Amino acid sequence: MTSYLIRGARILGGEPADLLIRDGRIAEPGGAADETIDGTGLVALPGLVDLHTHLREPGREDAETVETGSRAAALGGYTAVCAMANTSPVADTAGVVEQVWRLGREAGLVDVQPIGAVTVGLAGERLAELGAMATSAATVRIFSDDGQCVADPRLMRRALEYVKAFDGVIAQHAEEPRLTEGAQMHEGEVSTRLGLTGWPAVAEEAIIARDVLLAEHVGSRLHVCHVSTAGSVEVLRHAKARGVRVTAEVTPHHLLLTDELAASYDPVYKVNPPLRTAADVQALREALVEGVIDIVATDHAPHAVEDKECEWAYARPGMLGLETALPIVLSVLGERWELIADRMSRTPARIAGLDGHGGSLAVGDPANVTLVDPAARRQVDAAELASRSRNTPYAGMTLPGRIVATFLRGEATVLDGKAVK
Amino acid sequence: MIRHLLSAADLDAETATLILDTAAEMAALAGREVKKLPTLRGRTVVNLFYEDSTRTRISFEAAAKRLSADVINFSAKGSSVSKGESLKDTALTLQAMGADAVVIRHPASGAPHRLSSWVDGSVVNAGDGTHEHPTQALLDAYTMRARLGRLDGLNVAIVGDVLHSRVARSNVLLLSTLGANVTLVGPPTLIPVDIAAALSKTTRVSYDLDSVLPDADVVMMLRVQTERMQDSYFPSAREYARRYGLDVPRMRKLPEHAIVMHPGPMNRGMEIAPEVADSPRSTIVEQVANGVSARMAVLYLLLGGKA
Amino acid sequence: MAYSQAAHPPSTALPDVPASEKVILSAADIQRVVDRIAHQILEKTSGATGTVLLGIPTRGVPLARRLAARIHAFEGIDVPVGALDITLYRDDLRLQATRAIGKTELPGGGIDGRRVILVDDVLYSGRTVRAALDALNDVGRPSSVQLAVLVDRGHRQLPIRADYVGKNIPTALAEKVRVRLAECDGGTDEVKLLGRTA
Ligand SMILES: [Zn+2]
Repeated sequence: MTSYLIRGARILGGEPADLLIRDGRIAEPGGAADETIDGTGLVALPGLVDLHTHLREPGREDAETVETGSRAAALGGYTAVCAMANTSPVADTAGVVEQVWRLGREAGLVDVQPIGAVTVGLAGERLAELGAMATSAATVRIFSDDGQCVADPRLMRRALEYVKAFDGVIAQHAEEPRLTEGAQMHEGEVSTRLGLTGWPAVAEEAIIARDVLLAEHVGSRLHVCHVSTAGSVEVLRHAKARGVRVTAEVTPHHLLLTDELAASYDPVYKVNPPLRTAADVQALREALVEGVIDIVATDHAPHAVEDKECEWAYARPGMLGLETALPIVLSVLGERWELIADRMSRTPARIAGLDGHGGSLAVGDPANVTLVDPAARRQVDAAELASRSRNTPYAGMTLPGRIVATFLRGEATVLDGKAVK
Repeated sequence: MIRHLLSAADLDAETATLILDTAAEMAALAGREVKKLPTLRGRTVVNLFYEDSTRTRISFEAAAKRLSADVINFSAKGSSVSKGESLKDTALTLQAMGADAVVIRHPASGAPHRLSSWVDGSVVNAGDGTHEHPTQALLDAYTMRARLGRLDGLNVAIVGDVLHSRVARSNVLLLSTLGANVTLVGPPTLIPVDIAAALSKTTRVSYDLDSVLPDADVVMMLRVQTERMQDSYFPSAREYARRYGLDVPRMRKLPEHAIVMHPGPMNRGMEIAPEVADSPRSTIVEQVANGVSARMAVLYLLLGGKA
Repeated sequence: MAYSQAAHPPSTALPDVPASEKVILSAADIQRVVDRIAHQILEKTSGATGTVLLGIPTRGVPLARRLAARIHAFEGIDVPVGALDITLYRDDLRLQATRAIGKTELPGGGIDGRRVILVDDVLYSGRTVRAALDALNDVGRPSSVQLAVLVDRGHRQLPIRADYVGKNIPTALAEKVRVRLAECDGGTDEVKLLGRTA
């Protein structure tokens, strides 16, 4: 196994130091290495962990595969991603989650941790075999019907309770479906002007409020996917103050983009939950810094060209995220490396129960490492992305930060900004 | 020079007035025996209709033909459009045909915007989803001006399902640009709370039709679809008609000179009583004739010069 | 919106170089010319009987009104005056940005069976007059059509000539004739020849 000596990188933004990667772990600096990397000006972070990735395999391999998505993840500085269950077939059995897990191992670019569906076929009617998925080779811990909300309160309550047996967590896509029938974008001034059916903030906030109360009632863990409104932040703040075991994520796009972008009617800006107002963006940023929102998760959602090059109402919701997440968070938070490491690596790894990820780059830790050049600026070119899809809303934007190298358990997956395999 | 007419917001006061003035000249020409002008000879106008709307299609077709343009009707029924061809592929076909203008009616809001990014010709929005219908607003403004002599300072009440109405959106934008005072009237479920902020700061909202009528110069009744009842926007057709329908007693509350408009097709007995629709105040028949003149003016504006 | 009011065809925009300017007709000249045409009309039409003056917008309209006023002053005869916009009949619409269309106003009694005298400021390629004849054809059936112009600058592209000409001005293609009339341009009347200095 190749050993690497990274000279003079700023570990978690600290003073320049040497970092030795040997035999898959962080080693005591000193002695020779097979490869030396000049780390001057670079920052070393624990490999990023994404709690919310759509890899589309099985079913929509024309949009993304486990392999192409893994490569996009590695190029984005990730060493682990949690693959959402809304594939075709749905990842609602041990068989499907093991298939995804195996494909991830074969690709070998990031750890692919499958998420299992909460309900059979995401239909929201009866529980999937959560225990079987938990005890499968994929050792599923996060369950989610993402794309759909577990809207039935009784079913949600049962799911929250049931997964306690294997320390599972339910990741809820919070969207009251009766309030979002036909919804196309955030309900507000812009939707009124554009004549697009609104997706009201309250449809998210009402579900989060209900679910934190349920989680409190049954003493279970709840994770809230892609929080998008200022009101949701208030609900979460309140719940956390009461000691509810709830964690929450925000996506890079909800930290940067607003509903005004829909005015072009270009569905590259169509996403679920929708882009919100500038006031929401501001509240989400503050909540992320404060810790009311625990992590950044990409909701990387690749879509084939024909699903985006069409009328807004007919387009599928979702945006690419893996390859641009760190640059966006960097532009939003600035060079607060400890904070970034916590929100993009340490806490997501803890929520997902991914041992070996989200460490502090201490000697002896598994060498899951990301090297970033914060001074570099890069213009996003959709054609250059490793994802099989092109639906990035950031095309043409110039963003700070370039991922120079990524190591998965000591193995380089990205070197000099390029995927190794 | 505007290239497309996608929204009434594309028109500033000067341009909108110019279109209305041009429409007036077109109307004068239409009154004469010779109804065909050589103006757009050699130009191709495609009517691309994804929704059945015979009246709007015929109106555009008549407008284009009176200006001697070649007209191609590309309707959703019985063409590749209904066989699932994407809007983009259709756009590329129209592009290859050399369409100088595409008049598009589509059930999805924003479809004309999308189309305009895929074709070189001018795109005219003939109604998109619940978004806009700018030529309807132009013909309505034309009708008001023709009947009442001005638009500036006019009090216009637009009554009904504003939430789902492309006619209302375009009218609010255009009338505000031209200095009219617009009041939107209907049940709160059918009037977005942020409509004034979204469209025009001067727009007022009222939930009480009776209080608005005595000051109205124009009352425009919107079509209310009975399906809205199933979605609980209002309890019943009877209650709707009672609270927001324009019947004879309500019409008597209007000033002497006030006119009653409706973009059609009407639900007689629902939003408008038959006696009102057929009264001398009603401009419903004129609106149809004015539609051709307004659309001639728009086509001339977009196609009458250098491409 | 860029609307061009330019009344004349192939008007190649003058490049941005120092231009020469020459006054060809002063206000007093224009008055004399209008008087002369009025007299000629009276002569050639046996006292302007059965005659209608139709000005081509923009500047043909005030010229037609002036002619009618002079005819009235000389002989006490009221000649009906109207306006005939030809924009929608032009064959050169595609050469420039969309033009605003002008007003067409026919005098009471119409033009059927009458002698129509078209009035314009400058006769150049003849295309405006051709368009006017088409437009005329759509609004009625005059017994005959004549043409009166303030200035004939030559360079005809069609077999058209004027019956009444205020002044013939030999011009080069690159030159431009600019007519100003108080009614539409303000200030004083004037016809200028604009050209490039050598
Ligand atoms: Zn989701």
